[in-house]
Amino acid sequence: MKTLAFAWRYLWSRPLGAALNVLLLSLGLASITFLLLVGHQLSKAFERDLAGIDVVVGAKGSPMQLILSGVLHIDVPPGNVPLQAVRALEKHPLVASVIPISLGDNFRSYRIVGTSHDYLTLYGATLAQGRLWDQSMQVVLGASAAAKLGAGLGQTFAGNHGLGAGGHAHGDSTYTVVGILAPSGSVLDRLILTDSASVWKVHEDFTALDEDDRKAMEEEREVTMALVRYKTPMAALSFPRFVNTTTEMQAAAPALEITRLLNMMGLGTDVLRAFAGVLLLTAALSVFIALWSAVRERRGDLALLRMLGAPPGKVAALLLCEAVWLGLLAAALGLLLGQGFAAALGWFLKLDSTLLIGGMVWPSELAVVPALALGVSLGAALLPAWGAYRVSVLELLQSR
Amino acid sequence: MIQTQGLCYQYPNGPRLDFPDINVPQGAVLLLSGPSGCGKSTWLALVAALVAPTAGSLCVAGQTLDALKSVAADAWRAKAIAFLPQKLHLSSALNVYQNLAMAQWASGQVEDAARIFTALQSLGVDALAQRRPGQLSGGQAQRVALARAVLLQPQVILADEPTASLDDEAAADAVGLLLSTAKVQGATLVIATHDARVATLIPSDIDGQIGFQPLRLLRNQL
Repeated sequence: MKTLAFAWRYLWSRPLGAALNVLLLSLGLASITFLLLVGHQLSKAFERDLAGIDVVVGAKGSPMQLILSGVLHIDVPPGNVPLQAVRALEKHPLVASVIPISLGDNFRSYRIVGTSHDYLTLYGATLAQGRLWDQSMQVVLGASAAAKLGAGLGQTFAGNHGLGAGGHAHGDSTYTVVGILAPSGSVLDRLILTDSASVWKVHEDFTALDEDDRKAMEEEREVTMALVRYKTPMAALSFPRFVNTTTEMQAAAPALEITRLLNMMGLGTDVLRAFAGVLLLTAALSVFIALWSAVRERRGDLALLRMLGAPPGKVAALLLCEAVWLGLLAAALGLLLGQGFAAALGWFLKLDSTLLIGGMVWPSELAVVPALALGVSLGAALLPAWGAYRVSVLELLQSR
Repeated sequence: MIQTQGLCYQYPNGPRLDFPDINVPQGAVLLLSGPSGCGKSTWLALVAALVAPTAGSLCVAGQTLDALKSVAADAWRAKAIAFLPQKLHLSSALNVYQNLAMAQWASGQVEDAARIFTALQSLGVDALAQRRPGQLSGGQAQRVALARAVLLQPQVILADEPTASLDDEAAADAVGLLLSTAKVQGATLVIATHDARVATLIPSDIDGQIGFQPLRLLRNQL
C-alpha cells in the first residue's frame, strides 16, 4: 500500500506530464469503450426485439427497411399490405402465429401501433397500471412513452398523422389511455399500443366521404406488416420463397437482415478499432517516455533507496505502481468518456429514445478496458522498471 | 565494528583497487581521505555490501560480508548502515516527513511517525516536516538528510564528501553535526573526503572515548 502511495506522489510530482499521459491513454480506451458499448447495446437490442419473430411480411421494398421499421421501430415502413393477404398467411400450414402491425400515426413522436394482444405477449409485457384495451380507441402506453409524455390513466389525446412529429392532428378521433406497461427493456417501452381497428377507424373517420365510402374502405383495410412465427424451423427454407413468389408481399428474415446490417457496420467499427489501437500505441509510447525520463531523472533517488535497504524489486515496483496508477486513472476516465461518446451518439442520432444506444450501461465486456489499460501501462513500464531494478548505487557514490 | 583484510576490488574492464587492512572499533571515527578516483567510494560500497570484494575479507557490524547474498545484504544494510551522500537526494516529490517515511518503507519498516519526528527533532528540523526539499536551505537539507540516515538507528554512518562546496563555517557545522549525531547514536562514523579541512575539524581523541583513525588511500595503492 505504501508503494502505491509513494508512486502516486511521484506520479503527480510532474502534474502536466501525468495528466497528458492519462488523457492520451484514456482517449484510446474511450474509443474501445465506445465500440464495446455500441456493439453490446445493438446486439442486445436486436436480440431482445427480434426474439420470437421468425419472419416479417410486408410491402415489397427494402427487406432491411421492413425489419427496422416494423420490429425495431427506427425507420419508416416501405408501404402497406392488404389485411386479407395477411389473414391468408394465418392459414398457412407452416405458420404458428401472425401478429399484425399497423403504423401511420404518432403522438408527440411516439408511434401509435395498431396490433393485437399477442404483440404484448410476444415480449412478455406486464401491466404497471390499468388494463389492456378491449375496444378500439383505447391505448396502452409503453413505460418510457408514459413517463416522457407524463400521461396517466383516463387521459385522452388525438394522434398526428405520420411517424414523426409535425403531422396534422386527427382531432375528431381521440384515444383514451386505459393501461400503462411496466418497463420491459424492449421496443414496447417506447410505443403507444392499441387495437388494429383503432388505426383503421382514425383513418376511415378522417378520409371517408360518406357511409358507402367507409364500407368500401373497410373492405380494403390494410396493415403495415405481419410478424410471423413458424411452427417448425424448417419453414425458413420454403415460407419466405412462398411469400416472395406467390404474393404481392415480401418476407424478410430479421436474423439475416440484422447480420447484413452488422456486416455493413463492421467496416466502420474496424476503422474505429484501428484508430483506437493507434491511440493506445501512442499512449504506450508516451507512458514509456515519461517513465523512462523519470528513471533517468531520479536515478540518484532510486539508488539512494537501494542504499537505504530497498531490494531492486521494490525499487522497480515503485515504477510499476506509477504505471498502475496511470492505467487505473486512464481506465476510469476512458470508461466515462466512452459512456459519454455513446450517450452523445445516441442523443445525436436519436437512438437513445429507441433504446438502441445510450450511455451509462455497464456490460461485463467493459472489464476488458481496465485490463487493457493496465496491460498497456505496465507493458510500457517494463523497460523503465528494469532500468530502476538495475540502478547502480556505485554510480551514485561515484557521481559528483 | 569494521574489519578488513586483504580487501581488493577489480572493476570489470577497469582498474584493480587494493585496500589497506583496517580495524575500526565501535563508536570510532574513520576519516577516509585521498584524491578523487583513489577508491573512497568503492570502499564505501564494499562496506555497505553494495558490491562484493574480488578478494579479501570484510566484517562490518558483526556481519561477514564476503559471501552475503544480495537479498540478505539489502536487509542487513537497512539495519546496520546509514548513508549520507554528497548530493543529498531528498525527493522533491515528497515533503520532509514523507522523505523520512520513504526511508522506513525502503528498509522494510512500518511507517512510524513518532520515530520520524524524534529523528527530525534530534536535528532541530521537526518544524520543517511539511516543507518540500526545494524550500530548505543547504544546511537544513543536510540536517534532514542526516535525520533520514540515522532514522533507522544504524551502527555505521557513511558520509560521502559531507563538506564539498561548503564554506569553512558550514563545513565545521556539518562535521560537528556528524560527530555529535554519531555520538548520540553510538555509531561508527566513516567520513570519505578529499577535503583537507575535515581532518582539522575532528579532534584526535573525541571525549577520550572514541578514537579517530585517519586512513589515506593513495593513488599508488591502486
